[in-house]
Amino acid sequence: MDVAAYITILISTVFINNFILSRFLGLCSFIGVSKNTVPAVSMGVAVTFVTTMASVITWLIYRYILIPYDLEYLRTISFILVIASFVQFTEIVIQKKSPVLYKAFGVYLPLITVNCAVLGVAVLNADMFFIGGKAVQESFVKSVIQGFGAGIGYTLAMFLMAGIRERLEYAEVPRALKDVPITFVIASLMSLAFLGFSGFNI
Amino acid sequence: MKLSGEFIKGLWRENPTFRIVLGLCPTLAVSTSVSNGLGMGIAATFVLVGSNIFISMIRNIVPEKVRIPCFIVTIATFVTIVELSMKAYAPVLSRSLGIYVPLIVVNCIVLGRAEAFSSKYPPFASIMDALGMGLGFTWALVLISAIREACGNGTILGFYICKYFDPPLFMILAPGALLTIGLLIGCINYFSLKGKR
Repeated sequence: MDVAAYITILISTVFINNFILSRFLGLCSFIGVSKNTVPAVSMGVAVTFVTTMASVITWLIYRYILIPYDLEYLRTISFILVIASFVQFTEIVIQKKSPVLYKAFGVYLPLITVNCAVLGVAVLNADMFFIGGKAVQESFVKSVIQGFGAGIGYTLAMFLMAGIRERLEYAEVPRALKDVPITFVIASLMSLAFLGFSGFNI
Repeated sequence: MKLSGEFIKGLWRENPTFRIVLGLCPTLAVSTSVSNGLGMGIAATFVLVGSNIFISMIRNIVPEKVRIPCFIVTIATFVTIVELSMKAYAPVLSRSLGIYVPLIVVNCIVLGRAEAFSSKYPPFASIMDALGMGLGFTWALVLISAIREACGNGTILGFYICKYFDPPLFMILAPGALLTIGLLIGCINYFSLKGKR
């Protein structure tokens, strides 16, 4: 148990290497769904759930199936398939068990399959926590924390952006910059602010 | 059906990056230098063409309900081919592109074209469509990375273009990418709005 290392991973994925603002993962949904705060946050929660669970599942598959049988080259295919079926499965379960929850983020779930953040976190975990085909110490917990942190970072960026865009409705934006371009420019400024976190020494 | 039309529309009218705004993650993440951008563009074009041919050939066999998983497996196969050959023949490029090579699987352009075009049209038209889209993506990437490399590093393809200014580093970091694409899309909108009037 090394609590300091866990906290380091969490802070670094949420702030320093924020998935959207410094790794550019999940940008499509960041631009598409960030018009209002409520859908933005529900999307964030859904993504956090999926990235965390995907970290668990892909770690198990990588550690107990792909590595023992020398199948590392099937990593991309197996990860994306597992993630897609997991998302589909979650959707069906939620639809059956909790119609309220399904209404809240049912429409966002299918979108998550092709969200780069989910596959991105799975591939990153496999790259960072398996060195030379061997799992590093406590790699399971570290992977799960990284998955969770990625989701939280995503939610944070979504929430901030949606808040800004709600205010932007009342602003005078040049016609050519309306909607998508201005969102990129704002994201750039936010990313500049997040760059400040890279000065952290942890 | 006009084949040349299918080819040309990806270059400008339906350019995936500037017009439809798809496939952003790799566009922004790897456009730090022209060589990276070009490498990514070529890799994505290969995946697009390969998967479009296959998907359009199997389009009548695959049942409607399981089509997305089928498409994803096809795409993932081609991505794996690219990933492994890049590791073998261009290890430097492969290292600098990093996790963004496997992430071509979830590049919305590839799945988007599979769903919108090649699952409906015969293979030859799909090839033209994929080539157009791939080249459109590539030139957009090269343009963005040229701007970022020139402004952030003072070089293009590693050659110095101007030694007398201090390049602002932030252009090759994350904010520069977002700023460049935002302003580029803004410029394009400006000119197309002007053209309409």
